[in-house]
Amino acid sequence: MKFLYTLFLIAILGYALGLYLPWWSIGVAGFIVAAWLFPRPQDAFLAGFISVLALWGGLTLGRSIANDHILAHRFSQMLLQRDSPLLLVGVTALIGALVAGLGALSGSLFRNMIRKTETVA
Amino acid sequence: MRILYFSISIILTTGLIFILDTRKILPAPLGRLLSPQEGIWQNAESVDADHGADLRFPALKGKVEVYLDSRMVPHVFAEKENDAYFVQGYLHARFRLWQMEFQTYAAAGRVSEIVGDKAIDFDRTQRRMGMVYAAENALRMMEADPATKASCDAYTAGVNAYIETLEASELPVEYKLLGYKPEKWNNLKIALFTKAMTNDLAGFDRDFEFTHALQALGEENFRMLFPEMADSLSPVIPNGTAYPKPAILPQAPADVDSAYFHRKDSSIVMPDFKPDPSNGSNNWALAGSRTKSGRPILCNDPHLRLSLPAIWFEMQIHTPEFNAYGVTFPGIPGVVIGFNTDIAFGFTNSGRDVKDYHEIRFRDNTRRSYWFDSAWRPSKNRIEQIRVKDGKTIQDTVSYTVFGPVVYDRSMPGRSTGGRAYALRWVAHDSSNILKMWHLLHRAKNYDDYLEAIGFFNVPGQNMIFASRNGDIALWQQATFPLRWKDQGLFVMPGSDSSYMWQGYIPREDNPHAINPERGFISSANQRSADSSYPYFIPGSYDVYRGIIINRRLAATIDATPEDMMKLQNDNYNVFAEYARPVLLKNVDSSALDPTARYYMRMFSDWNLQNDPDSKAATVFSAWWDSLQQVVFHDDLNTTAKSVIRPDKFVLLEGLLRDSAYRFIDDLRTPAKEDLKSAVTLALQKASSALEPIDKEGRLAWGKYKNTSIYHLLRNSVLPFARTGLMNGGGEHIINATKHDHGPSWRMVVHMTTPIEAYAVYPGGQDGNPGSANYDNFVDTWTKGEYYRLWFMTPADRTSNKIKWTMRFRS
Repeated sequence: MKFLYTLFLIAILGYALGLYLPWWSIGVAGFIVAAWLFPRPQDAFLAGFISVLALWGGLTLGRSIANDHILAHRFSQMLLQRDSPLLLVGVTALIGALVAGLGALSGSLFRNMIRKTETVA
Repeated sequence: MRILYFSISIILTTGLIFILDTRKILPAPLGRLLSPQEGIWQNAESVDADHGADLRFPALKGKVEVYLDSRMVPHVFAEKENDAYFVQGYLHARFRLWQMEFQTYAAAGRVSEIVGDKAIDFDRTQRRMGMVYAAENALRMMEADPATKASCDAYTAGVNAYIETLEASELPVEYKLLGYKPEKWNNLKIALFTKAMTNDLAGFDRDFEFTHALQALGEENFRMLFPEMADSLSPVIPNGTAYPKPAILPQAPADVDSAYFHRKDSSIVMPDFKPDPSNGSNNWALAGSRTKSGRPILCNDPHLRLSLPAIWFEMQIHTPEFNAYGVTFPGIPGVVIGFNTDIAFGFTNSGRDVKDYHEIRFRDNTRRSYWFDSAWRPSKNRIEQIRVKDGKTIQDTVSYTVFGPVVYDRSMPGRSTGGRAYALRWVAHDSSNILKMWHLLHRAKNYDDYLEAIGFFNVPGQNMIFASRNGDIALWQQATFPLRWKDQGLFVMPGSDSSYMWQGYIPREDNPHAINPERGFISSANQRSADSSYPYFIPGSYDVYRGIIINRRLAATIDATPEDMMKLQNDNYNVFAEYARPVLLKNVDSSALDPTARYYMRMFSDWNLQNDPDSKAATVFSAWWDSLQQVVFHDDLNTTAKSVIRPDKFVLLEGLLRDSAYRFIDDLRTPAKEDLKSAVTLALQKASSALEPIDKEGRLAWGKYKNTSIYHLLRNSVLPFARTGLMNGGGEHIINATKHDHGPSWRMVVHMTTPIEAYAVYPGGQDGNPGSANYDNFVDTWTKGEYYRLWFMTPADRTSNKIKWTMRFRS
């Protein structure tokens, strides 16, 4: 259950921060949510990864379909050297997923570190 | 331990973010670029997007409605004329912001700010040519005229109104790729755009190349290879026209032989970044006597470097004062080529040389004074600051003399000036307000209005064609053209005394012109405007063959319809090949050819002389002729360390037609005496060897061989933004002047009926965004030689179902 909460909260916070902050705010969203809800580190990474994979994948796929993939055809050839809009959507989602996953992992480990310090104190 | 885990994790996270956010590690900042909320996906415009809008700008004085039709052509209806220019600036920015800013950066020599140190040489050349100086001079005149100033101010305000509302996530993709932001627009940028256009059309000269050729070849050979005029010239103004005796004729200085013609100059300056000499155009107008309707038809197709986004943006502007439709330049206000309710106007390049170099002798290395008219005269030094992206600012001092800026001197790296300095005298530096011409053309009703309007245009020299609904057709070759003594300015001139300066300008009324000529048509195609009976010396870079075939076709035209004219603009007949074929076939020795070459020879002799996309013979001809030029001229042009430039194509053909024992045929490098037979045969054999592998790959058809391509302005760095492999016919010397990446950038046919009936197309699309369906949607229509019927909207059409979206601008 906590995993699902983490998943949704990272996606929602990531989208909201993205309206005002640069693209890497999805990593910040992962960090904040994981530090707050404190899932196990491997769960944190997975939650960040999956939620932004879905968020970025969904946002780009939606845009690209509405665009008849015109832009994605051109940019996939330029950035990936092959004409594959869906591959570009996949690469986009993967980049976001990695950053958010690592952000969430860091958040979880941060909380872990703080808690330890608290206990010792 | 937990601290260590966290530290590793946070370092990995920030490291990944850094890699994906910078341009220094990956070729592109993939995170920033691909973020769906910030990057390029934001530019993936929905194909069903609603382009309607209600916008408010306090700067507006009245209401403006913009009706967008299904091709995204805006029809602007403004209550106040200057509001129309505000909205034009807004729309140009909305659809073409990156392009218009980039082109004005290029004009000003500021490309290094965007792309880094690879553009430094280009930028230095632009600065040294005095492009900004020229724009500043123009701006002074533009702003001295209240109407022009008001239209420019409104246009600039419109561009800035758009830029101000633009979020970072909405920036055109080129800004995201290159990592910069648009700056504020201003009137100087408008002037810079006009100077970029001037450089494209009147920036070509061969002064250094000719100076070198004269010394390397000697005068007799030079005259044969670089003649003043072609035998087969079919001039703009028909042969046999009587020209009045000029009131003044310039006199050559007394020491012209020693100081000019036989001047010794061991330095070899080979300028780069020269404009394409094939920047040209076709235009013609038929009088009512030659059309089916009895009303004139005016046609124009300007040939420029093809690009995406296209140089042109199509629109209609309707104000209480005028109603004009046509193509506009994103970067300046007004309609540049098009028509209003009463007249149509178009342009071709005159090709006239308005650019000369003078050798300057500085007193010392400080370059603060130079020798002129027997005294040391102070030069004005202008310090140019070239900012380089991710780098330092480079300073370059440019000295200004009485002639103009010193373009080449010892501080220009990579160019051998032998320590000498050369100043540029160029009409483009002189102040003028060419925008005033369009201001008046928009509202012109008849020939007299047109004549008044074009008087404001000083450069680049254009053949300005005109037709009116009341039946007049006219053409003036218009600009400020220097008054030259014979051969003045062909070569680099002395700069030490005023006697080598231009002695004035050709009086405007003596410029070549034709008004309702007897033959019932007018045309121009970048050929020399007048035959040898024209009393002035008018050097330039001229085409020969398009003019011949256009005049031949028009002379045979009766009962013309707009459809006939569209066909004519797409005519692929190769008149150059018609003249050249007998020379080749009469002299080729087929027994000395191998079977493949003989096969190509037969293919060529069976050819219908059409450069159609599927014609293999057209490719054979092109390769054979290029090979023949190489065989005949290579030895003669390479007797010195530095090659002499190639003569124009007509030179060899006319030389051979005149004399089969043409003096350049013999190969100086062999003891044998080559003749025309052996040269023509060897040329085909060589061409055949080069063509055979191409044929085997299936690429010999002319359309495939030529591979017509429209590149993005950033060329190969964004190749997927280009349209390549277009199967277009035509080519050099052909009415359909479509080459590899150069050709008809707008094809327009205007029938002067009531109301006006017009057709046009350009190779591009209205939206500069590579993520838009309107980025390249006209390209296929253009490739097929088809046209769109233009919708010359009237206020009564406001409820028409041709309107797809409406933008309302209010104060």
